[in-house]
Amino acid sequence: MSALLETRGLVAHYGDFQALFGIDADVHEGERVALIGSNGAGKSTFLTSIAGMRRSAKESIVFDGAPIGALDAADVAALGIALVPEGRRLFPSLSVEENLAMGAFNRRKGPWNLENVYSLFPALREKRRAPATSLSGGQQQMVAIGRALMANPRLLMCDEISLGLSPAVVKEVYAALGVVCSEHGVSAIVVEQDIELARTMSDRAYCFTHGFVSLSGTSTDLTREAISAAYFGV
Amino acid sequence: MNWLDTVIQGTLLGGLYALFAMGLAVIYGVMKQINIAHGDFIVLAAYLALGIVAATGLHPFLVIPLAIVVFGFFGYAVQRTILNRTIGGDILPPLVVTYGLSIVIENALQQTQSADPRSIKLGALETASVPLGGGLAVGVFPLVMLVTAIVVAIVLEIVFNRTRLGMAFRAVSDDREIASIMGVRDKRLFGYATAISFAVIAIAGVFMGIKFTFTPSLGPNFLLYAFEAVVIGGMGSFWGTLAGGIVLGIAQAIGFALNPGWGILAGHLVFLAVLLVRPTGIFARTA
Repeated sequence: MSALLETRGLVAHYGDFQALFGIDADVHEGERVALIGSNGAGKSTFLTSIAGMRRSAKESIVFDGAPIGALDAADVAALGIALVPEGRRLFPSLSVEENLAMGAFNRRKGPWNLENVYSLFPALREKRRAPATSLSGGQQQMVAIGRALMANPRLLMCDEISLGLSPAVVKEVYAALGVVCSEHGVSAIVVEQDIELARTMSDRAYCFTHGFVSLSGTSTDLTREAISAAYFGV
Repeated sequence: MNWLDTVIQGTLLGGLYALFAMGLAVIYGVMKQINIAHGDFIVLAAYLALGIVAATGLHPFLVIPLAIVVFGFFGYAVQRTILNRTIGGDILPPLVVTYGLSIVIENALQQTQSADPRSIKLGALETASVPLGGGLAVGVFPLVMLVTAIVVAIVLEIVFNRTRLGMAFRAVSDDREIASIMGVRDKRLFGYATAISFAVIAIAGVFMGIKFTFTPSLGPNFLLYAFEAVVIGGMGSFWGTLAGGIVLGIAQAIGFALNPGWGILAGHLVFLAVLLVRPTGIFARTA
């Protein structure tokens, strides 16, 4: 079975600084893949490269058989790739509902609409007219996730969505993510600091160290020790 | 002097200044760019309208819809071919490029239209007035300007707050990068914003050409009025810009009433006072 997303020798630079050194990774249909690694390991850069927020070599990112490395972010979005960005980055002048509606800007068909997002995160329904940035951190994170779901993505990428959420909500969010992936065949890439959480919610995991993949495998096969070793690059 | 009359005349003049300002506010609101050539485009629109009137003999008011369409497409083209190249990163390139456009437009008009003062004739409507009672009267044409400014403010408020396009405008203004990963094609969107700005410029240009005698070199003055009205009103809503234009108009009218040499100065002083006391603008939405 060919992968939904493949990266082949993906590199990224910030000026003279090289953040990614030839990443080879695959994500299959309906699969949940965790990215683990310390700060500055290149996880977020990997996600923003896929989302088209930074230009890459054309063939270094292949989605559903087509090279997308050189596409504009808007064209990548149209293919069904959505990102919950690091730090949420909600639109401050937009209400909660408008933020969610922006997620659906591409009008991709699928199961997600305002109603379903409000069912997933009931707290947002009563705040839907409020400015998005007036919400608590956890609720803002829900808006960011809901906004990405509204795109009805085939590939959902989440950058540290557990940040600022209570453990109970984190559990809920990952449970919902599991349902999204298994029921709708959505693939997910999740950056998660909590290694235990990352292992339990994913099918496979990649460990990033200094811009390289230092370890990869099925989540159940990866031991805590192996991850720790890869994490610290020793 | 009659204070009430002065305030009424100033309010009506403020309608024109609000029209000057709203086009500027659209571009600043969406792209965070200042179009230094804004006033020159207003002058250019007046010459265009003058040319259409001369060529077709149409009534100036009937030229407005045509000017809106022509200038709308023109604005889109200017944004896509020139201004989009200056967006992102430093604030200096848009300023320098639009300043350059300002010089080019002014000199091109000077070259082709000469420096002779022109004006667009409105015929009988120019002097027609509506009595208000108590010896007061308002001119029909100034009233048309004010009503038009109010209608433009309403339309812009609806476009920005009630439509998908307006939502995308606000989202791009907040965070261009994140808007683009939602599928917003920002460069095209910027083209639409400038098209809207130029449509307002077209209206402002025709009214300016009727109200004033104009020469190719007046652009920078109009930019200044527009800028002052935006600052006085404060960013965040077109109602604020409308109000800012009216405040500027009233200030100038009172200045003129006190001494014919003080009109423009009075406007500048109010602008500076607002900058001192409330730099976000009188009607800004404070979060």
